[in-house]
Amino acid sequence: MTPHILTRSLDRAATAFVLIVAAVGVLIPLSNLLLPQGSMFQVPTYLVALWGKYVCYAILALAIDLIWGYCGILSLGHGAFFALGGYAMGMYLMRQIGSRGVYGNPVLPDFMVFLNWDKLPWYWYGFDKFWFAALMVLLVPGLLAFCFGWLAFRSRVTGVYLSIITQAMTYALLLGFFRNDFGFGGNNGLTDFKDILGFNVQAEGTRAVLFLLSCLALIVAFLICRAIVTSKLGKVLIAVRDAESRTRFLGYRVESYKLFVFTLSACMAGVAGALYVPQVGIINPSEFAPGNSIEAVIWVAVGGRGTLVGAALGAVVVNYAKTFFTSGPLAPYWLFMLGALFILVTLLLPKGIVGTFNSWWEPIRARRNSPDAESAAREDGVGAPNPAE
Amino acid sequence: MNVMDTRATSAMLYLDGVHVSFDGFHAINNLSLTLAPGEMRAIIGPNGAGKTTMMDIITGKTKPDEGTVLFDGTVDLTRLDETRIAELGIGRKFQKPTVFESQTVQDNLLLALNVDHSVRGTLFWRGSKAESERIDKVLETIRLTDARNRLAGSLSHGQKQWLEIGMLLAQDPKVLLVDEPVAGMTDVETHLTAELLKEINKNHTIMVVEHDMTFVRELGVKVTCLHEGTVLAEGSIDQVSSNERVVEVYLGR
Repeated sequence: MTPHILTRSLDRAATAFVLIVAAVGVLIPLSNLLLPQGSMFQVPTYLVALWGKYVCYAILALAIDLIWGYCGILSLGHGAFFALGGYAMGMYLMRQIGSRGVYGNPVLPDFMVFLNWDKLPWYWYGFDKFWFAALMVLLVPGLLAFCFGWLAFRSRVTGVYLSIITQAMTYALLLGFFRNDFGFGGNNGLTDFKDILGFNVQAEGTRAVLFLLSCLALIVAFLICRAIVTSKLGKVLIAVRDAESRTRFLGYRVESYKLFVFTLSACMAGVAGALYVPQVGIINPSEFAPGNSIEAVIWVAVGGRGTLVGAALGAVVVNYAKTFFTSGPLAPYWLFMLGALFILVTLLLPKGIVGTFNSWWEPIRARRNSPDAESAAREDGVGAPNPAE
Repeated sequence: MNVMDTRATSAMLYLDGVHVSFDGFHAINNLSLTLAPGEMRAIIGPNGAGKTTMMDIITGKTKPDEGTVLFDGTVDLTRLDETRIAELGIGRKFQKPTVFESQTVQDNLLLALNVDHSVRGTLFWRGSKAESERIDKVLETIRLTDARNRLAGSLSHGQKQWLEIGMLLAQDPKVLLVDEPVAGMTDVETHLTAELLKEINKNHTIMVVEHDMTFVRELGVKVTCLHEGTVLAEGSIDQVSSNERVVEVYLGR
């Protein structure tokens, strides 16, 4: 909002992150579109879509890091907000198909014709307009998170109990969306999309723009998170994470703070899901699977909890590994490897990749920046690894 | 009755006939206690006498089964929650020092300042000169100026206790509840803490729970001895420590 929030939040690492994401967002689509096919530097279209998926996952990871890394809320159901955002976008894309569907019904999506429905359910109204769908992408996950959080945080449900009910929430949604009479395509979900805002979703140009938009969304989400964690609000969040009841006795309304970041985080997850769906071309109930949400938490743990950059990096690294291993002979063992990765990171790199790097680099940088503060830094432990973690 | 009423309205803290039981265990039993504005009171008593539970009741963490708890003469504390009570001006230091370990000493004090505590207020917060001056002053009072940029987790035990007292000062409450401030401190630190509390008492009402009798004697204030959730004796340290019952249940012969 005010410029000082931005300047304060952009330190060197954050600026580097923004520039790298921006460069990737521009260069990958350009190389895909402009270079001749088969050239060494040409990024094939399938890779653009794949990396677009990674970028959406990175946004989801940021959303989780904001609440888990900074406020100590371990949500094991964030995949639900991601999927809801995805469904909202999917509904728009379904309505865009129009009479080009298999059954050629101008209003009803194919699965409704197949189920012999004679009119559109009320909750599908408005989704033929992009602005409405875009609003729902934010509103539906946000509203669910707000209601859920309002009940949970006010009753002071914390720690593992909160994690369990978030799992229950996403599982309940999974079961609901699996049902045909729920009105979202049941088991098969929503797919067979044709165009978005009049552009063919399969076209290379559209994919390139979607990739660029995903990178932009990642940058915006990152800047919002940075602005929050570097403000005084961020200090309060860390205080809540480390000593919730102490924070309350200082006169902070802890539940309001939790509700604020939880709702914001859900909206971010929704946007990630909405960008994900047109790039992968399908949304179905399996996105609500509890395992998905847990995997997203693992990305954050691997990259470094409470570092933001680490969360995004973790999402990309783990998913790249997933793509690499699941497309080779090691495919059947991927889940074992994911489990092992989580155990190894917890044991050997409890601060994740970025957190470990920071605690190794910070003392060196502090010494380099101020030679006379060197002795003081050693005595005082300035920049020492965070003992509370 | 009339006398009681005037006392109730002029008292900073007024507890009357308070009962609390946990699963049939009477933690607080018909407890009545009055703290005058500007007073410092030391609370002593054996383990399980209800000292910490009493603080829990005053700060809204525990709701009493029956009884009256009034703040500043009129405010009924039994109806309010922790945040509201803290906002009204009752600050608390816990038995185990609880500071925000992963944040700097300075940030700990910043968080404690009694300024806008709303989500919006903290999101768009900008430091002001008045705020940093207040933090400087508190840092000086608690002798942690040189450690202002250190992480609170790296402080010694005694320094953490002081930092927590400093956070109370930054909060600038009307009443400070201080639970065992010198537990685990060296003799020198204990002495300095007594000096610190006396200094703070010039502008604040204080209730301090402590086991260390040397420390309580050094404070030189009115003492209340609790036993089994009720007041056993009240008076100067000499009166209380010569009381037969107090010697029997607490001090030992």
